[in-house]
Amino acid sequence: MDTKRTVFPSKGLPYLLVAPQLAITLIFFIWPASQAVKSSFERQDPFGLSTQFVGLTHYLRLFQDPLYLTSIGRTALFAVAVTAISMGVALLLAVAVSRVIRTANAYTTMLVWPYAVAPVVAGMLFWFLFNSATGHLAYLLRYFGVVWNANLNGDHAMILVILAASWKQISYNFLFFLAGMQSVPQSLTEAAAIDGAGPLKRFWTIVFPLLSPTTFFLFIVNVNYVMFDTFGIIAATTNGGPNQATNVLVYKVYSDGFIGLNLGSSSAQSVVLMAFVILLTIVQFRYVERRVQY
Amino acid sequence: MVENRPFLAVLTHLVLIVGVLVIAFPVYVAVIAMTHSKETLSLSAPLLPGGELFTNIALVWNYDPPGMPPFWRMVWNSTWMALIIMAGKISISIISAYAIVYFRFPFRTLAFWLIFITLMLPVEVRIIPTYEVVANLGLLNSYAGLTVPLIASATATFLFRQFFMTIPDEMMEAARVDGAGPVKFFFDILLPLSRTNIAALSIILFIYGWVQYLWPLLVTTREEHFTLMVGVRSMIGLVDVDPQWNMIMAAAVLALLPPVLIVIFMQRLFVKGLVETEK
Repeated sequence: MDTKRTVFPSKGLPYLLVAPQLAITLIFFIWPASQAVKSSFERQDPFGLSTQFVGLTHYLRLFQDPLYLTSIGRTALFAVAVTAISMGVALLLAVAVSRVIRTANAYTTMLVWPYAVAPVVAGMLFWFLFNSATGHLAYLLRYFGVVWNANLNGDHAMILVILAASWKQISYNFLFFLAGMQSVPQSLTEAAAIDGAGPLKRFWTIVFPLLSPTTFFLFIVNVNYVMFDTFGIIAATTNGGPNQATNVLVYKVYSDGFIGLNLGSSSAQSVVLMAFVILLTIVQFRYVERRVQY
Repeated sequence: MVENRPFLAVLTHLVLIVGVLVIAFPVYVAVIAMTHSKETLSLSAPLLPGGELFTNIALVWNYDPPGMPPFWRMVWNSTWMALIIMAGKISISIISAYAIVYFRFPFRTLAFWLIFITLMLPVEVRIIPTYEVVANLGLLNSYAGLTVPLIASATATFLFRQFFMTIPDEMMEAARVDGAGPVKFFFDILLPLSRTNIAALSIILFIYGWVQYLWPLLVTTREEHFTLMVGVRSMIGLVDVDPQWNMIMAAAVLALLPPVLIVIFMQRLFVKGLVETEK
């Protein structure tokens, strides 16, 4: 960790400067996180009067619970689908925008704004589009012979949340792909063109490999997004249903803890998720550290 | 581009136009829905505007059912929440980054790593214990409870730290020769130099605060502190009633409009903020 060559000689001031941030971090991050770890090893009686140390019971029960295991599978499917769709579409759009010069800014403006739409609102928009009574897309699907009902059909509900989550994330991925593409030196593509490589070949042999750090970074960010930021989408549409079909891990922590009041299990689930985020962060910094110096 | 191929140019524009249309479609449908009456929407799925736009906006703006605050009150709460989070995050991050870059003090590395850890602990994974802490501190149903737990931000600290590292050392040496102390240096030199970064970050953080849902849902149990996101979500949750799509979509559009307009009109700053905060 580096500082400036010369620094201010001061004893009290730096502590005063970091104090607010450290206080909030300790009170609202470190303390609750350690509470979560602690209560994942305890059982509380129904009135919250006494607690008892139960060791790994909650974890063992969690990983034997078919509902939890299904939820892991659902979450993985959700994450893979959203990441693939939103990154694929974003890459296509970024390639297209980087080819047009005069109109690039106008297109970019028209493609980036979904970033600012709240997940809850995105969920509501798709819930309306796909509502079985008068939703536009449900209507269209009926025309093609599909009886759409996300209230009753688990697969339909899953497709709905995947589409809503992907729609919201395309703009983010698009911006990073576009930024990545602009840093590919023009001379490389020009040299390849002189050597006779067509646009497709140039993209696959030159641009795409140079985009791999961006792609990797986006992959991690997207998995993170799907795991945690899609809470609002699920809450505004399916509430984890029908019949657990969209009860992904982050929604399950909430519904088991706040609605089911099963604190031990909810804490154990929190700890599992925390371990997952820490793992993702470590992986990200091991691979991306050459791009970012912390 | 390197060569001129008319077919490829047409294809490129085609891809982009289809992309823009697909991206805009859900919001287009919502905007159309807010111009129709409840009766029209319960019968068909219109694609062209109707004549009820102002009626619906007035309906939603004055919407005040039992158990819910008036709509304008929720707009007010969301605005405050987003502004406090934005100002709070920027001020505590910029001063802690200043301490970490411009001073050498014991526990500096420890402080840095403690801040770093917050990157790994999104509020979603520690909701119950964080809720308990806020409840124990008596902060439920207050702006402090709504905002302070979301204010610590590692990314903002890193952004300022990286920016400070690019400012030449000579700047500070010159300031010291001229007799400026750390406080004067911060306010007279560092803060003005950071203007663009602060503006760019403000946009990202305002949106971050505006779109929060889970945390306000937990912390506000009395209606006077409900935020817009909690409010619009609860409008589709009324069971036993046919969903009033004209009002729900009007509320959804009003809730998405402020941050979307900010992104559209401040695109340059927004992109700078996003790309620099996240990389």
